[in-house]
Amino acid sequence: MDLTTTYMGLQLRNPVVASAGPLSQSVEGIRSLADGGVGAVVMYSLFEEQLRREAEEVALLEDLYDDANAEALSYFPTVPQNNRDASTAYLRLVEEGAAAIEVPLIASLNGASAGGWTATARRLQDAGAAGIELNIYFVPGDLSMSGALVEERHLEILSAVKSSVTIPVAVKLSPYFSSVGNMAVQLDAAGADALVLFNRFLQPDIDIDRVSVESGVSLSSPIEGRLPRTWIAVLHDRLKASLAASTGVDTADDVIRYILAGADIVMTTSSLVRRGPAYAQVLVEGLDRWLRAHEITLDRARGLLSVPQDAEASAYERAGYVSALEKAKSTYGSLR
Amino acid sequence: MKAIVDGNEAAADVAYRVSELCSIYPITPSSTMAELADEWSAHGRTNVWGQVPTVIEMQSEGGAAGAMHGALQGGALSTTFTASQGLLLMIPNMYRIAGELTSTVMHVAARSLATQGLSIFGDHQDVMAVRQTGVCLLSSASVQEAHDMAAVAHRATLLSRLPFVHFFDGFRTSHELNTLTKLSDEQLMEFIPRELVLQHRSRALSPANPFIRGTAQNPDTYFQSRETSNPFYLQVPGILEETMDRFEELTGRRYSLMEYHGDPEAERVIVVMGSGIEAITPVVDRLNSEGGKVGVIQVRLYRPFPTEAFLAALPATARRVAVLDRTKEPGASGEPLFLDVTSVLAEAVATGRRDQLPTVIGGRYGLSSKEFTPGMVKAIYDELDAQTPRPRFTVGILDDVTHLSLDYDPSLDLEDPQTLRAMFYGLGSDGTVGANKNTIKILGSEEGTYAQGYFVYDSKKSGSRTVSHLRFGPNPIKAPYLVSRAGFIGCHHWSILERVDVLEFARPGTTLLINSPHGEDTWRHLPGDMQKKIIELGINVYTIDAGKVARAAGLGSRTNTILQTCFFAISGVLPRDTAIDKIKKAISKTYARKSAEVVRKNHLAVDSALAELHHMDLPVDATSEHGFIPPVPADAPEFVRTVTATMLQGRGDDLPVSALPIDGTYPSGTTKFEKRNISEIVAQWDAENCIQCGNCAFVCPHAVLRAKSYPEHQAEGAPEGFLSAPLNAAGLPSTRYTLQVYVEDCTGCGLCVEACPVKPIDQPSRRAINLEPKLEREPDVEAVKFFESIPVNDRARVDFGTVRGTQFLEPLFEFSGACSGCGETPYLKLLSQLFGDRATIANATGCSSIYGGNLPTTPWAVNAAGRGPAWSNSLFEDNAEFGLGMRLAADLHEQLARTRLAELRDEIGDAALVDEILQAPQIHGSELAAQMDRVTRLKERIEELSGPAVEDLKSVADHLVRRSVWIVGGDGWAYDIGSGGVDHVLASGRNVNILVLDTEVYSNTGGQASKSTPLGAVAKFASGGKHTNKKDLAMQAMAYGSVYVARVAMGADPQQTLKAFREAEAYDGPSLIIAYSHCIAHGYDIRKGLEQQYKAVNSGHWPLMRYNPVLRDADRNPFLLDSPRPRLKLAAYQSAELRYKVLKAADADEADRLVSLAQAQVNRRWAEYEELALRGADQFAEDPRKD
Repeated sequence: MDLTTTYMGLQLRNPVVASAGPLSQSVEGIRSLADGGVGAVVMYSLFEEQLRREAEEVALLEDLYDDANAEALSYFPTVPQNNRDASTAYLRLVEEGAAAIEVPLIASLNGASAGGWTATARRLQDAGAAGIELNIYFVPGDLSMSGALVEERHLEILSAVKSSVTIPVAVKLSPYFSSVGNMAVQLDAAGADALVLFNRFLQPDIDIDRVSVESGVSLSSPIEGRLPRTWIAVLHDRLKASLAASTGVDTADDVIRYILAGADIVMTTSSLVRRGPAYAQVLVEGLDRWLRAHEITLDRARGLLSVPQDAEASAYERAGYVSALEKAKSTYGSLR
Repeated sequence: MKAIVDGNEAAADVAYRVSELCSIYPITPSSTMAELADEWSAHGRTNVWGQVPTVIEMQSEGGAAGAMHGALQGGALSTTFTASQGLLLMIPNMYRIAGELTSTVMHVAARSLATQGLSIFGDHQDVMAVRQTGVCLLSSASVQEAHDMAAVAHRATLLSRLPFVHFFDGFRTSHELNTLTKLSDEQLMEFIPRELVLQHRSRALSPANPFIRGTAQNPDTYFQSRETSNPFYLQVPGILEETMDRFEELTGRRYSLMEYHGDPEAERVIVVMGSGIEAITPVVDRLNSEGGKVGVIQVRLYRPFPTEAFLAALPATARRVAVLDRTKEPGASGEPLFLDVTSVLAEAVATGRRDQLPTVIGGRYGLSSKEFTPGMVKAIYDELDAQTPRPRFTVGILDDVTHLSLDYDPSLDLEDPQTLRAMFYGLGSDGTVGANKNTIKILGSEEGTYAQGYFVYDSKKSGSRTVSHLRFGPNPIKAPYLVSRAGFIGCHHWSILERVDVLEFARPGTTLLINSPHGEDTWRHLPGDMQKKIIELGINVYTIDAGKVARAAGLGSRTNTILQTCFFAISGVLPRDTAIDKIKKAISKTYARKSAEVVRKNHLAVDSALAELHHMDLPVDATSEHGFIPPVPADAPEFVRTVTATMLQGRGDDLPVSALPIDGTYPSGTTKFEKRNISEIVAQWDAENCIQCGNCAFVCPHAVLRAKSYPEHQAEGAPEGFLSAPLNAAGLPSTRYTLQVYVEDCTGCGLCVEACPVKPIDQPSRRAINLEPKLEREPDVEAVKFFESIPVNDRARVDFGTVRGTQFLEPLFEFSGACSGCGETPYLKLLSQLFGDRATIANATGCSSIYGGNLPTTPWAVNAAGRGPAWSNSLFEDNAEFGLGMRLAADLHEQLARTRLAELRDEIGDAALVDEILQAPQIHGSELAAQMDRVTRLKERIEELSGPAVEDLKSVADHLVRRSVWIVGGDGWAYDIGSGGVDHVLASGRNVNILVLDTEVYSNTGGQASKSTPLGAVAKFASGGKHTNKKDLAMQAMAYGSVYVARVAMGADPQQTLKAFREAEAYDGPSLIIAYSHCIAHGYDIRKGLEQQYKAVNSGHWPLMRYNPVLRDADRNPFLLDSPRPRLKLAAYQSAELRYKVLKAADADEADRLVSLAQAQVNRRWAEYEELALRGADQFAEDPRKD
């Protein structure tokens, strides 16, 4: 079965993509993902702001104890710099990773503020990234920031990056907008080449024995796929941008579900971390098997169960997303 | 090319560019030269012939000299940098190198030697100790000369074939920033012709042209052979004169071997060597302008002594000559330079070359960087004018014992009125010194502006005070002494002006900048005496709350660029905008590559500083009723109130000879009188939530947390601030517990908070001990007083075996000046708690000898019975041997005591007591307490007796209590310079305890790599990451079979640490404890030190282990692996530390390569250890010693 897929203008051999995660932290890792059979690799995120903060900390630590003592005017030598700045290692990995694999390598840029994105995006393009995924990451802590402002910031960042690169740009967004669909439409209008649904906030947990807050890093589970799937079903065929599904992929069944809902591609990290990069081939084969068994092409299967284009426009306008969701509900059954 | 550099850089810049090899070892104040050479080499800087010199750090200066000797024999152009004890360690090779007519230059930042005390500061004792070795001694007097004479020495050594020591005054020149005109590569290439290099190379050992050098010679020819070199020495003055002529042709700068300055017909002449000349010339000019007929000779070449040049330089009219030596040779008829001058003159008169012999007098000055000022110079010329000048004198001190010192007028001021003088009072690591260095560079780079900077640091490593002395002006600045009559004074911390008279060196109209948190209310808070002085002198006062500006700019407490901006704004040395522009550029230059954020925040701070700068309208009267905070309490012992307090006030220079101990013996335990109050946030005990585990007290590096349990009634009359809780122990119902915080001594490091296991349920972010700001400290001071009135817990009843128990043992190591949060001092405190009342300690030079023994106050303390650790420091290299000597003496005297006691059994009249003493076991705390009690009773009994045997016994009776001998030092000592000694002492089988405070780097001298530095860690001399594995000292020691060995890390397992200390001490043989000591040189917030220790252990970097030969004797496996199998990746431990992070940032691939190698090594070593832990006893060496 022909599994080739167009995603944000890139030709992929199949719609299973490795999402930003720990497996792409080395050239070997990137190569093993590609060898494992994915259609594209999204690199782990460059947390540029964090790197800058770390660089600041390092710079301050380096002279913290300087000139404090007659015998020790400093405690560290000046180390010959092979790296230009904090992002150099990432850029080099993009360069080497892109050269090492046949499938597209998409760089991922993570941050929350507008500064610094454009220059870094251009450098990622120069390093050979096939596309850029913007992982706009607002930790919902600033109570003074209005929803409108948050949306505005997303659009600003997207426009800034779009204007500085020629490669396609995807936005990975969170599900926590008061109107996710509208946000998607706005991003689409602002030129996003793809939308990735959704970002998973790494929400902290509480340890009741230690009475402490613990970092909440965990792999996603299939049940978490329902929310992005719902929105993909709603957005399918209503945007110019490609749609990528992310979160909750464990088996080929999950991939198929996303495709049926209307995803152009399906991303996973959790299943590859759990079962190894070669598991991508299992997912691809599962999809292939299902298509063959149902004697349907990928293109026809895609969006088969999306909210139909011919859903009543007036109802759509009148009740907006609610009605769309109702429609979705009627299609999928309970959203629970 | 103009630059602002210090003397070290000035010399190293030349030495590096004309050498192929620098073999070095760090020692203050010369370390910077070696560090620069290493950095240049690491960055690929080439010498003038296009080659990148090799820089190799050796295990000692003896090693550096050996490697240099070998390299010279191999034909390489080799140099080294050293000082003081380091130069002494090179002496054997210096004879060899000179005897073989080998060209080399050793650059020396001349420093004092360790005699009655160690001193890191400058004088000529070290170079004078090598004048007999056959090296040529060439002296520089300034930063420019340190550069120029370095070049002269490198050329002259190749021409003369004789080795040179090029030296300049430690600190005064080595650390003084001044304007330098640099020699270009082209000039140096032209100055040192290639033929000379080729000739040097042609003398190398080579199998292609074999010969033998270094034979053993016999009575028949050794003497004559020794004379063969005479012609070479005779040529040196001529070669140097030619070299200096050539130098003048190239650079326009004129030098001579003996530089005369003054009236050509001078009658009174001073002869001096080193930086002192610059204090003399202005006096000469002044006196001559008043018809004084005086002059001065600056000696540049000292060995071989250039007799002709000296005779030519000294005017025939001179009738009185004072020769100044910056050294002391006790017992000699005079100091070395004096003797040379006298003999040269006597011979000249005897042979008719001079008509008359002037009266020559000899004086000592400037030992250990003692100030040498124009006032002192004037006193010397006055003395020369006296009817009968004193034949020997000292100047700069008050000698009221042998009355050698000259009186002088300290106020004589001959400085160029166009020079602006400024002083800045700061605290260590607040960035004041760094900003001032930067200011000097900014001003010094201006066309037509000259600048000078000199920085004085106090002796503490935490909360230390720095005083920056800066001069700027349109003329070259030659003033090798501290600033007085300053036009500008900056006081960068409020706490300083509360204790020190920052206006001591003010003059009428001085501008004063105060960083004040009190805003408009500042005046009211100033001490009364300061207010008076401000009004009297009409001081122009400005204030700024720099802390506020810094916080607003996101800089935390870093106020340096803000205060620097204020200085420029007020002083007007540059137009304001120009100054601000230059400050910003300097910030960008420093940080642009590292962090744009740092640049942005500092720029913001600079921009916002001036809005907060206020000029103070002076009131007419002083209104403040409070004075300066006294340095020590009124009830301190007399020595502390007089001598120590004077030093603490920064007036130690005023102490007369009679005030000071004659042999370097000082009272123990004086830190407790110096309440430094260096931290605004201090530990606060939560009595209600505390579980009394003792973890906090265990890890407190400064012994500011003390625990006592006591009967309820003793809490009666407690002041309000005194906290107490019921003792958390079964069976003691009416007993209270107090954990007392000594707030005035707390440094706010936070290790206690990190160690506390309690999280109050309603306050999850807090612990049972927390850091809190505390400005009002009186109630706590009262509480401490009350706490001290409660008796310490009876040692016989304390559980020595648990961490919880040890908190009740009194620390006899307290309030040291170590870095806040130091990782070494908790181990020493533990040692003092467990064994302090019967311990002698040999301490290797390094951090622990500095915070352990640096005046004015020292931390090794005494208990109520007057007992406590007896501590001494010999040297860096010999500490293991030094401690072994202490053991041998103790063993001898214990044996003597036992023999005499047995002999006197009947005479003493208490046979039971005698027998008990002779047979008592002395392992456990209770047994030792009982023995101490018996020996006290014995001493009382024999007090009434007499006779030779009794006198013998009295003199050694204390040895009947088992003496605990500790040998303490850092890894620089144990792994490198003292390695041979450590090894030998471990092999001796004697009962000593070696404690290695392992920071994995030379901490005291600023983070140079040692053989303990881990693979992949960045350190000085390993700037590309260390490329060898850390030496496994534990495994080496274990190989003997008779050595108790433990590797501990208090932050990972305090109980194991305690166990190891007790086992080591109880073991009747050599013991070695290697203690992980977190350190500021690792580069992270040291508050997390304990967590890093935990990670070090749990990543397998620092496996905890013990090797106990006692177990082997009992047929059990003596190897105990005390830590669990590594659960963390090594990278997870390393990622928090700058020493690893900088490499990751600079060269990620190399960092990855090294970390994976290090991980593999960790895995391998763990497997080996596991295998050892599973072996049978018979697979380990038996202890071969006899019982």
